[in-house]
Parts: sequence; structure tokens; C-alpha cells
Amino acid sequence: MSRLVSDTLVLSERNLSRLRTAPDLLIAFTVQPVMFVLLFAFVFGGAIQTPGYDYIDFLIPGIIVQNIAFGGFVTALGLNEDVTKGLIDRFRTLPMARAAVLAGRTLADVVTNLLSLLILLATALIIGFSFDAGAGEIVAGIGLLMLFGYAFSWVFALLGLMVSSPESANSLGFLAVFPLTFISSAFVPVESMPGGLAWFAEINPFTIVVDAMRALWLDAPAGNAVWGAVVWSLVIMAIFAPLAVRRYRLAAAR
Amino acid sequence: MTTTLVPNDPQEAAVHDFTDAPTDEPAISVRGLVKSFGEVRALDGVDLEVPRGAVLALLGPNGAGKTTAVRVLTTLLEPDAGTARVVGLDVVRDARALRERIGLAGQYAAVDENLTGLGNLIMVGRLYGMRRAAARERGLELLADFELMDAAKRPAKTYSGGMRRRLDLAAALVARPPVLFLDEPTTGLDPRSRLALWETIETLKADGTTVLLTTQYLDEADRLADTIAVVDRGSVIARGTSDELKDRLGGERLEVRLADATAAPIAERALAPMSEEPPTTQDGTVSLTVRGRDGTIVEAVRRLDEAGVGVLDLGLRRPTLDDVFLSLTGHVAEAADDEEETA
Ligand SMILES: Nc1ncnc2c1ncn2[C@@H]1O[C@H](COP(=O)(O)OP(=O)(O)O)[C@@H](O)[C@H]1O
Ligand SMILES: [Mg+2]
Repeated sequence: MSRLVSDTLVLSERNLSRLRTAPDLLIAFTVQPVMFVLLFAFVFGGAIQTPGYDYIDFLIPGIIVQNIAFGGFVTALGLNEDVTKGLIDRFRTLPMARAAVLAGRTLADVVTNLLSLLILLATALIIGFSFDAGAGEIVAGIGLLMLFGYAFSWVFALLGLMVSSPESANSLGFLAVFPLTFISSAFVPVESMPGGLAWFAEINPFTIVVDAMRALWLDAPAGNAVWGAVVWSLVIMAIFAPLAVRRYRLAAAR
Repeated sequence: MTTTLVPNDPQEAAVHDFTDAPTDEPAISVRGLVKSFGEVRALDGVDLEVPRGAVLALLGPNGAGKTTAVRVLTTLLEPDAGTARVVGLDVVRDARALRERIGLAGQYAAVDENLTGLGNLIMVGRLYGMRRAAARERGLELLADFELMDAAKRPAKTYSGGMRRRLDLAAALVARPPVLFLDEPTTGLDPRSRLALWETIETLKADGTTVLLTTQYLDEADRLADTIAVVDRGSVIARGTSDELKDRLGGERLEVRLADATAAPIAERALAPMSEEPPTTQDGTVSLTVRGRDGTIVEAVRRLDEAGVGVLDLGLRRPTLDDVFLSLTGHVAEAADDEEETA
């Protein structure tokens, strides 16, 4: 067990070191989300009606959830490379804990997610976002974001192991996750959508997580959103982690 | 990150012995190994034995089953039938313990392109359970051995093919494994890198490392191996020292390209005493099997000169893998399923 912990740390350190040597990734984690915040806040902000909130306040929890969900992309790309370039053969001939390859990837995502969260929050505060929450709720919100992000890392782990190249991981992941984030309460109130879309947005886990974040950070009416978000995250993990592990075993034993 | 979590003595992985093996057991012993991929029998009952400190070459064309054999022996694949023991440990039941004692440099270099050369070796060392400082020290030692010191701090993606191979081999040697597996170590390398790698393998052998390597080149097997096992379609079809195999082939071929094709009968008569079998002529080139190499060319030139035969080109051709195959199986080595080679 301690071997699993140490090997996982070694590998997540390895995965994170890529941020230093591959500046494109660092940009994806820092500049890109900031650009999105600015575009939404100033281009769409004036046109979207969000009863009860300033658009900035409404937008920030939504865009942060979207960003965190995409954090797992590094896992998809990284795992795909490890498999296609044969690096997992090296790992599998070493006397290391096998689970460390997946655990190291997903753990590294938590760190990058925290990094982009901090950058987004700083940007948000500069352009006028304000919390309506106590310290406890702010921290609980960060915790929920990390949990949700971790769950999505497993979705991306599975994706990275299923596709044939990093490029297809990229486009497929985008295709699957992007609409999910947009047909939710992240950017516009669900009530403003046409019937079918509104129905989908209502049951979309993204909506539940975004609503939970607004409850925690903006003192919006919570309902069951916070618990719902935790349960959704756990369910996603319970489904996708075993699938990813199974797929990893298959890919490794080719 | 913390290293206090590492339970293993960093030296443990570096012990150069066969702790769990009875002293007289060979380094590698394989019985009736079978592995199929769907319809394809990649291994069809392979038997092998490699004494400690010896070098065995698996010689065979593309698709013969070399990589599959290496993958089974390095615990990457489980066999369908048969047994394989390395340093006395079963490749399936004792896989975990075995991984402490083997090194693999696969057909395609398994290096992390985003890490530096040193970063790659430190990572591997730490995954063997070494502390960071020890892993770093060992990494630097290996980079020096493999003439990669200048590139130690550069990302591996900037390395040439030869440098990548060397880094990959260095990674396989981090824990000083007593048994080393090299899958087509020189395929795709330029002649200079190839020679350098041969010298490295010879040094390892001199230090007592047991080596199993695969190759498609007879000259490589000839130079490095104590024993050669020729594989074709998943089975070993011949084995022996390179001299033994060459004897079965009947030595080398002398080929003489004539200036005037009509002089062939005269040339054949002049050269006939040099071979046990009568020379043959095709497209103006006379060829014959000869034994010794020393003085052969001089003798041939003298004889042709005395007979007044004009010569365009003349040379000794060493037997190739094709010759081995032709003589052993009656069919030429087929380059089967190149696209499957990504496995
Ligand atoms: N993962 C795999 N799936 C299906 N067929 C495979 C796989 N690996 C190898 N084979 C097949 O098994 C045979 C032996 O392959 P391999 O061991 O790679 O040969 P070699 O290394 O000698 O070129 C080939 O016919 C190859 O196509
Ligand atoms: Mg091969």
C-alpha cells in the first residue's frame, strides 16, 4: 500500500513536470480560461438576463465548473501517449504498483485543477465577482469542485485509453463534454431555454453541480443541489473508474 | 515529494544475484511456450535454455514471434501454455519478484519524451524503490556510460534515434538486472550507433549479465551471441553456435561478375578447384560456395587472370538470414505482417 502511495507520487510528479517543459499546456490551463471569462463577461454579459444576480456573479461558478470538468483532458492525452508510445511497457516491467499509473495521472489533475481554479478566481475577483458566503462555504465549494473534477478525470482516463491518438481524444472529448456544459445552467438560466433543452438541462449533472456552487458561493437557494452534486460525482467515479481500470488492463496486455 | 514512504532498501533492487534460484538453474529456461492472438499462433511450442552469463540471439524474420517471446519472458504477456522461468522465477506466478531482476529494452524505445534524459532515469530508479538521491546518482552514472551526459538536461524528444535507444537501454539497466532482454536493439540505427551498441552489449556480457536479444540480422547474432536460436512461425527451427549454423549453410559465397558473359565456362573451370560443389552462372555472374575467407579473393583473382577472364566485380557474400532460411526451411524469410509490429 505504501508502495502504491510512493509510486503514485512519483508518477504524478512526472506528469506535472510536463507543465514546465510544455508551455502549450500551461497556457491551456491559465490563459485560455481567463480569456473565456473575459469573453463571456463582456461580450455576452450585457445580453443575458439573470434575474437576481449580476451576470458576473452568475457566470463565475458556471465557467469554473466547466473548466474543472475539462481539467481531466491532460489525463486523456497523457494516458493515450503512454499507451501508444509504449511507455506502459516500461512501467509494467518495473516492480511498481500497477494502479499507480492511473492514480498518478488523476492525482496530477487535482493539482492542475487547483492551479486553474486559483487563476480563475483571481480573475473573477478583479473583474468584480463577489462571494456571498462564509469561509466555510467557500472552502466547501472548492472541495466540491475538486471532487467533481476528480470524477471527470476518470471519464477522460477512459476516453484516452479508448481512442487511437491524442488528436482524437481531443476532438472526441470536446464533442462529448462541450455540449453538456452549455446545455446546463452554467451560462444562461435554464428557464430561458426552449422546452426540450430545458428538460435536458434540468437533469444534466452539470446543472446540479453549478447550482450547488451558486448555493455555496452566492447563497442561492440550495434545495438538494449540494448533496446531489456530491452523489453525481461519486456515481460518475463509480462508473468510470472501474471501466478505465479494465480498459487499462486490456490496453496494457496487448 | 516525500521519500520516507519508500519501504525498500534502495540497494535491494541493485543486488546482482539470483537469490531465489537454485545455484545450478539456468538464467532462462522455457518449455513448450504457446501464445496465440486469435487465429495467429505467435508462439507454437518454444523451448529455450540460456545458461547464466551467456548471450542468446533469437534470429528470425518479421512476424516470427520474437517480440511475443520477449514479452512473455518479461511478464508483459501471459502464455497460453507452457512454462518459462527466469532466474528461477516463474514468469506468471512470480512476476512481481521477477521484475526486480530483469531489464527490457523493447523494439521501440519506451522513454518519456517530455522528461529529460536524467529525468527519465530518475523516474525509473524511484519506481524501483530507490530514494531520489540514489536514483539521481545511478542515472548520472548511466548517462556517462552511454555518452549522454551532454544531453542529460534536454527533453528526450530532442534526442536522435540512436540516443533514444541508448537512453532506453540505460533505463533497463538502472537496477543492474542480472538478465537483460533486448528486442531488435539495433534495428533502424545507423552503422556507427549500431557498432557502439554492440560494444555496450559486449561489455555487459563481460560483466556477467545474461542477455537474450532478438535480431533479423545474421551478422549481429554472429558477433554477439554464444548461441543462436533460429525462429520461424512461432517455433525454433534450428539452434547452435554461429559456426555450427554456418556449417549447415556451407560457408560463404564467392560472386564474380564477368566482363564478357560468354567467358562463363572458362571462368567456371578456372574457379572449380576452390569449391566442393561446381560453380553456377546466372546473368553473367559466376558464384560458388567457399570455405575459408583468408586469401580467397586473391586466389580467385589469380586464377581468373591466368585463365585470361575479364572481371567487372568480385566479392565474398556472407550468408544472410535469407540463406539461413532457404537452407533450413526451403522457403525465403517472409516479411510477414509489418503493420502488426506496433504491439
Ligand atoms: N497483439 C497482437 N495481436 C494480434 N496479433 C499479434 C499481436 N502481437 C503479435 N501478433 C502476431 O503474432 C506474430 C508474431 O509477432 P511478433 O512476436 O511481433 O514477431 P516478431 O517480433 O518476430 O516480428 C505475427 O504474426 C503478429 O502479427
Ligand atoms: Mg518484433
